[in-house]
Parts: sequence; C-alpha cells; structure tokens
Amino acid sequence: MKNLSLEEEQELVMKAKEGDKVSLARLVDTYQEPIYNTALKMTKNREDAEDVLQETFVTMVEKLHQFRGDARLYTWLYRIAVNNVYKRTRTKQKHEAMDINDPDVQQIHGADLSEWPETAQLLGEREWIRDVLADALDELPEKYRTIFVLRDVQGLSIKETQEILGISESNVKVRLMRARNYLRDKLSTSLEEGVHYDQGT
Amino acid sequence: MTRELSHKETFHKLCDDLSTDIDAELCDEVKEHIKDCPDCKIYVDTLRQTVYLYRGEQEQEEGIPAEVSDRLFKVLKLDDIREKLKEAS
Repeated sequence: MKNLSLEEEQELVMKAKEGDKVSLARLVDTYQEPIYNTALKMTKNREDAEDVLQETFVTMVEKLHQFRGDARLYTWLYRIAVNNVYKRTRTKQKHEAMDINDPDVQQIHGADLSEWPETAQLLGEREWIRDVLADALDELPEKYRTIFVLRDVQGLSIKETQEILGISESNVKVRLMRARNYLRDKLSTSLEEGVHYDQGT
Repeated sequence: MTRELSHKETFHKLCDDLSTDIDAELCDEVKEHIKDCPDCKIYVDTLRQTVYLYRGEQEQEEGIPAEVSDRLFKVLKLDDIREKLKEAS
C-alpha cells in the first residue's frame, strides 16, 4: 500500500468532501491496489475482483460525506469491499457453509509434524508453489480466508481487522489461528507431493 | 499444568506472536516452551513459513493491472484528473 500519513489522509478526505476532485483521485490512487488485491484473493476471480473494486470506490465517492474519520479511511474501504465480496459470493453460492474444526491439540500432534523440505524463501522461488498456495487459500472457508487475507497478507492490525469485520478481537484471533492451521496442514501435505514435481514426475 | 494444556496455551499465544503484537513477557514465555519442545518448534516454524509464503507471494504480484485501474478512474469520472496528476508528477 502506498504510504499516506494520517494527517495527509485527513486533509485529502476533508478536501474531497468539499468537492476537490484532485484529492479524491489521490485517495483512489492510493487505495485501489490493496482493495483490488484483497478482492482478488477473496474472490479468486479477476472479473469479480474488478467489480468489487469499482463498487467499493463508487460507494466511497457517494458516501464519503458519511465517513466520520474515527478510523483510517482504508479500514472503511476494506469494510465496503469485504461486504461487496460477501454479497457476490452469497449470490453465487460459491462457498458451502462448512466450518473448520477447532484445532484441537491432539489433532495437531496427531497430524504430520515433519519439517518442510526447504525454507520458505527457497520454496517461494518455485513456480508450482504459487498454485499450491492459491489452491489452499481457495479451499479455506470464506470467513477464515477473509481474516487471513486482511491480517496476514495485507498486514492490517488485529484492531483494524476487528473494525472492518465487526467482530470481537478474540473472534479475530481464533479465526486467524484456525486459518493458519488449516493452510499449514494443507501446505505440509502438498509439499510432500511437491518433491515429486521437482523430480520431474 | 499438563503437557497438553501447555501446548494448547502455547498455540493460542502463537496467534499473537506471529502477528507481532504480543507483549514481551508473554512472548518470552512462549519462546521458552518452544525451545524445549521439538514438536512445537516444528509446528511454529512451519506455521511461520506458511505466513511468510503468502506474504511473499503478495509482494511478488505486480499489483493492479493498468487497464483495471484505467477503467476504475473512468467509472468514477476521474480519468481526466488522473491524467493531469500523472503529467504533473
């Protein structure tokens, strides 16, 4: 995300509310990328992500006068974007109402706890790992994927994530933990198979 | 405290640890446990690597495609202003 200090953002918002289109354009330019990336990660579809992007900023332009400035503008934009994604996925019924079991300690220790064959840095350089990461994230139920994308991929704080989603801090943490566990387990399994990719099979 | 409870507590605290907003005392406590527990160490390492991989993947992405951005500014009727901003910079 492009850096915009709180003071800069507040000034741009104030001017944009007064009708200054240059300030409005600067705000859009600053936040279009994180909103698009989040929408893309959540929808896994470029057309849907673009629709969400446009809907989010159209809403911003129409309702900016309602933005009170209690939080950063981007948390407000993320909230609009996430709601737009939820609306679309509900319509499409893309995601079943599945849930992840509580990451019970016994299950964790019953699962494979072998070390990964390579460091994440080396793994990240392999092309097939991108598909593995995308597939694992895609399989993650929506409410967990949203938390993971906002918190771990976009780097928002727990408090910001909580404000965007309108849920408690403990709920954010529990869902985040479940999401990370789920992805870790999926990646562990895929990495074992991935050794075969590298061996040319 | 049983060994299982100790693991459970550790794992819940890890949520904060990986999020870098855990207080120092609690962090030390968790680290101390992990140091002496091979299973926890592997678990934490692979969990940390999971987050690292996703963050890395995001950083490698090229960002918003130019045509997507162009269409956005057009929809918002800000395309002319954006051009002027580009020229000015």
